[in-house]
Amino acid sequence: MNAIKQLFGGNTRQFGMIFALVALVVFFQFMTGGVILTPDNVINLVNGYSYILILAIGMVLVIIAGHIDLSVGSVAAFVGIVVALTMRDWGLPWYMGIVVGLVLGALIGAWQGFFVAYVGIPAFIVTLAGMLLFRGANQYFGKSLTVPVSTDFQFIGAGYLPEIGPDTGYNNLTLLVGFIVVAALIWGELRGRRKAVALGVDVKPLWVTLVKLAVLCAVVLYVTYLFATGRPGTSFPVPGIILGFLVLGYGFISARTTIGRHVYAVGGNRHAAALSGVKSKRTDFLVILNMAVLAGLAGMIFVARSNASGPSDGVGWELDAIAAVFIGGAAVTGGVGTVVGSMIGGLVMAVLNNGLYLMGVGSDMSQIIKGLVLLAAVVFDVYNKSQGKASFIGLMMKRLGGRDNPDLAVAEPLKDAIKVES
Amino acid sequence: MTKTSVLESDTHMPTANPIILQMRSITKEFPGVKALSDVSITVRASEIHSICGENGAGKSTLMKVLSGVYPYGSYDGEIVFQNEVCEFKDIRASEHAGIVIIHQELALIPELSITENIFLGNEPTRFGIINWTEARLRTLELMARVGLSEDPDTPVKEIGVGKQQLVEIAKALNKSVKLLILDEPTAALNESDSQHLLDLIRGLKGKGISCIMISHKLNEIEQVSDSITIIRDGKTIETLDVQADGVDEDRIIKGMVGRTLGARFPEHAPKIGEVFFEVKNWTVGHPQIADRLVCKNSSFTVRRGEIVGFAGLMGAGRTELARSIFGRSYGNYMSGQIIKDGKEITLRNVPEAIKHGLGYVTEDRKTLGLNLLDDIKTTTVSANLDAISKHTVVDLGKEYAVAERYRKQLRTKTPSVDEGVSKLSGGNQQKVVLAKWMFTDPDLLILDEPTRGIDVGAKYEIYGIIQALANQGKGVIVISSELPELLGISDRIYTIFEGAITGVLNKNQASQESLMKRMTAAKKSA
Repeated sequence: MNAIKQLFGGNTRQFGMIFALVALVVFFQFMTGGVILTPDNVINLVNGYSYILILAIGMVLVIIAGHIDLSVGSVAAFVGIVVALTMRDWGLPWYMGIVVGLVLGALIGAWQGFFVAYVGIPAFIVTLAGMLLFRGANQYFGKSLTVPVSTDFQFIGAGYLPEIGPDTGYNNLTLLVGFIVVAALIWGELRGRRKAVALGVDVKPLWVTLVKLAVLCAVVLYVTYLFATGRPGTSFPVPGIILGFLVLGYGFISARTTIGRHVYAVGGNRHAAALSGVKSKRTDFLVILNMAVLAGLAGMIFVARSNASGPSDGVGWELDAIAAVFIGGAAVTGGVGTVVGSMIGGLVMAVLNNGLYLMGVGSDMSQIIKGLVLLAAVVFDVYNKSQGKASFIGLMMKRLGGRDNPDLAVAEPLKDAIKVES
Repeated sequence: MTKTSVLESDTHMPTANPIILQMRSITKEFPGVKALSDVSITVRASEIHSICGENGAGKSTLMKVLSGVYPYGSYDGEIVFQNEVCEFKDIRASEHAGIVIIHQELALIPELSITENIFLGNEPTRFGIINWTEARLRTLELMARVGLSEDPDTPVKEIGVGKQQLVEIAKALNKSVKLLILDEPTAALNESDSQHLLDLIRGLKGKGISCIMISHKLNEIEQVSDSITIIRDGKTIETLDVQADGVDEDRIIKGMVGRTLGARFPEHAPKIGEVFFEVKNWTVGHPQIADRLVCKNSSFTVRRGEIVGFAGLMGAGRTELARSIFGRSYGNYMSGQIIKDGKEITLRNVPEAIKHGLGYVTEDRKTLGLNLLDDIKTTTVSANLDAISKHTVVDLGKEYAVAERYRKQLRTKTPSVDEGVSKLSGGNQQKVVLAKWMFTDPDLLILDEPTRGIDVGAKYEIYGIIQALANQGKGVIVISSELPELLGISDRIYTIFEGAITGVLNKNQASQESLMKRMTAAKKSA
């Protein structure tokens, strides 16, 4: 099937969440008098939330594999302070600082991954320990002071696509990116359709595909327009570019590669995966390691944007990332979830955050509302799935296989335990 | 397989007993599927009424309607129990009326004791505080009635499946059951536990408790039932009075599949070659219990094109033997060699085993063989992703083609390979698991209980698939608890008792008696 549909995972739940996202945007557009969809605001939104979305990419893989990672905020902060310090004290250039950050993230990930995958300690505990450990380490190394970073380094967190080419009144590179995305969408969808027809698979009616494409392209073009018409000196933010590449890369890996399959297999049924030849321990190790690397990256981007690394960075980030993943369609028991879904979930939280702020709602009320929205999102999703709805939405997005009949509580582990005993 | 007359021990004629249950014109639909269409069934007092049908026929759905799992309002039709129209809104309501269902997958909590399980949801309380003394006394009473002599505080996970089944019945008796529904009660039990259970059910009949039994074991149905209702494709086909209609297994099969099955097993002319796989002095320790051995110095051989059966009682160690050979996925390997094509090989993990041409179809497909979240095509390729990927990128076109190929070859009943495996019937799920392993093109395929929980028609197809694999020159090991099945398809059968191989019989030497003798006793020193 086509690449985009694979990225989307073909999940009705996700599509329901897209509707929620659109509804939220429309709602806030109305309530804030049109401020939310101004170029400056969407740019702020991306800048302010990209690091959470990067965390969500790593987190969705961890959750699909059946684990969780509570340490990401602390790891991000820790990597941030170490990178800031090494650049200041050892005089490293900004790109070396990034290398240090990624390597440090990998080391932390290997440490936590070792305990989860090879010693067999539940990830909840290992990463809880990590959360405490690396928060303390951040404050130890930084002596609880803020450490500034160079303007070069700030580019990855606060930079924009440069202005090049003729003066069109817009940022040309942003327009270019937008057009490329539209072209890729159209090409991908049509190519996928041709392939499916060749295989003899049932394809949706052509008008459905065209409508879907038209809607998607319109949205992309509109968003491109918003980013291209920001204040002079701003355009599509660099963190957004980084995020974009990560979404493409990880989306592809999770949907189309063998390692991606292994993650879903291990999360869906660990024993069956192991008996089918999947190296389940290695898979566990890799998702935990990957999460820490992305946490390091997120930390660095945040530090770059804030111009400095501080002792209270990263507090609560893990919960935002986890919320994004679950709103985006992942299952608590593992085996279900997509990268793009988590991005949509994250955007729902981001728009909510942003919209409430623009409306002047205080952070206390804002938090209450966010909590309720998270709950509502998951309730809506569970209700939706249990109704077995086949709708227009379902027609456009194929369901990703049904879950077992939840009617009966089955004591499966009992038989397993007995087999082992005898 | 002894044919006992159904009414050898009781004298009343079921057809004269008053009717206690009538389900009339039950229709139950799910989105896109009509699971039950105008089904009716009549059960009398003190009767054992069996329901037979192929997988997917609608038996479990019918029982879920009766027991309240599908509440009143979610189906059409009427249920009349003890002359009262029933509108059960949940299981508790049906239990209150005296209908208790014991599912195939037992609803016991492994960590809790026998007492706690029997009173689960039904605890004797005074002002909210549970009276455990009273519970314990009552438990001892109930255990005596079903023939259990364990300590009532034993955690249920520590007693065998056979005894767990008895705990479930004790639980039902505690609820003053008048109509007991048993879904595949002997599916996971060995011969002696099965007989004990059937005797118990007959005893209950004598005490005025009627029983509805769903089972695939036709010999048992024939043995204990007073009436049999046959369901096919969600419709009632016929109801037979076992005594009056002179029903036997063939008659039941005819009703279930709509034709007489000429033979249970397809014709097969074995083409057996040289020994190509040998296990020598295989010794494996129990994973948790230090001094216990699960495989004791076992040795066996497999020839090309041969179907080798492993016979043994539950807990004898057949699965343990197979899994420990398959990449040491069970137990602590202590000593022994595996020799394939003349060369000794070491299989330290599952990927190595697969690489060396071994495949293993697990005993319990739902917990060990399938990821129930996946669709058919993903499952089919899941043990051999390398064959359809380039540089770790999966070729979705190839995946689809492979899945389609096996769907056609194995005649898996499904609208498309994009269907989720959880939607398939047991027999078709098993076909998908077989396809998964066939795609790895193994030289030796080990099948652990390949036809458990599968209807007669699908069993026949699976036997055909097994024979086709043998014809390709592969070696096949079949582990099964159904002796007729082993006798029907194996060329040679090894018997296992308490972790040791006690004998090997050729097809023409083997019989149920000769097998059972070796399955129930240690090898006499020769």
